[in-house]
Amino acid sequence: MVFSKNIVHSAFALMFSLIGVASLYVLLYADFIAATQLLVYVGGILILILFGVMLTTQGHSFDFKTITVNLVPASILSVAVAAMLIFVFVKTDWLISEVAEPNETIYDLGMMLMGDYILPFIVAGVLLLIAIIGAILMATRLSPQTSKPDTE
Amino acid sequence: MIQWLAEPGLTHFLIVSAILFSLGLMAVLSKRNVIMVLMGVELILNSANINMIAFSRFTDLGLDGQMIGLFIIIIAAAEAAVALAIVLNIYNRFNSINLDEISLLKG
Repeated sequence: MVFSKNIVHSAFALMFSLIGVASLYVLLYADFIAATQLLVYVGGILILILFGVMLTTQGHSFDFKTITVNLVPASILSVAVAAMLIFVFVKTDWLISEVAEPNETIYDLGMMLMGDYILPFIVAGVLLLIAIIGAILMATRLSPQTSKPDTE
Repeated sequence: MIQWLAEPGLTHFLIVSAILFSLGLMAVLSKRNVIMVLMGVELILNSANINMIAFSRFTDLGLDGQMIGLFIIIIAAAEAAVALAIVLNIYNRFNSINLDEISLLKG
């Protein structure tokens, strides 16, 4: 995804990596999180990104290129970060406890969501509402600003 | 090495998430298209999420880790919606989504 010059190729590569992450969640016995990942990321965010790509390409040229700058410092930095993180992760003596394999997590997650996590749940709902209202406001105010750009 | 790879444990998932994090960091640092930078941010959020859920599986954190992962997904969805709206506004204003050309704070 990172090394492609074509944005559409990158978006489809991102889709496959998101599906791969969802399969990792399945391997970790997190079935509800995997389903949510598929629904929200692959079904929602990726479609949003593809719409963004389509709405922001210049003119009618099918030129989905992206410019890459600072390639050498960026790769050096990211490789250093990856090496450091992997070193730390391998060297640390994690406190692993053998938890019994849960059958399904949906019931427990639902009980926790309505019990201990009721306040973050409501706050997240309000956050989503505010985000959607803000996104609609910002995206629909487009045309008056282009028609009279000298008012600001 | 083969024996180490045969039984995936906590470390393997952490390494995958570290690789995802560094790839997302590289996308954020080296791309000059706003949408590519957004995709890098999504990769970074996903790597954090893998960490949370791996810890909730392999330590006695329990289902709390999965709950935090759920909230990370919710916040990522809100962030993507707002960011795409901002990108549309920027494209409308500057006729470009190159990050080097967007250098004005006030119209």
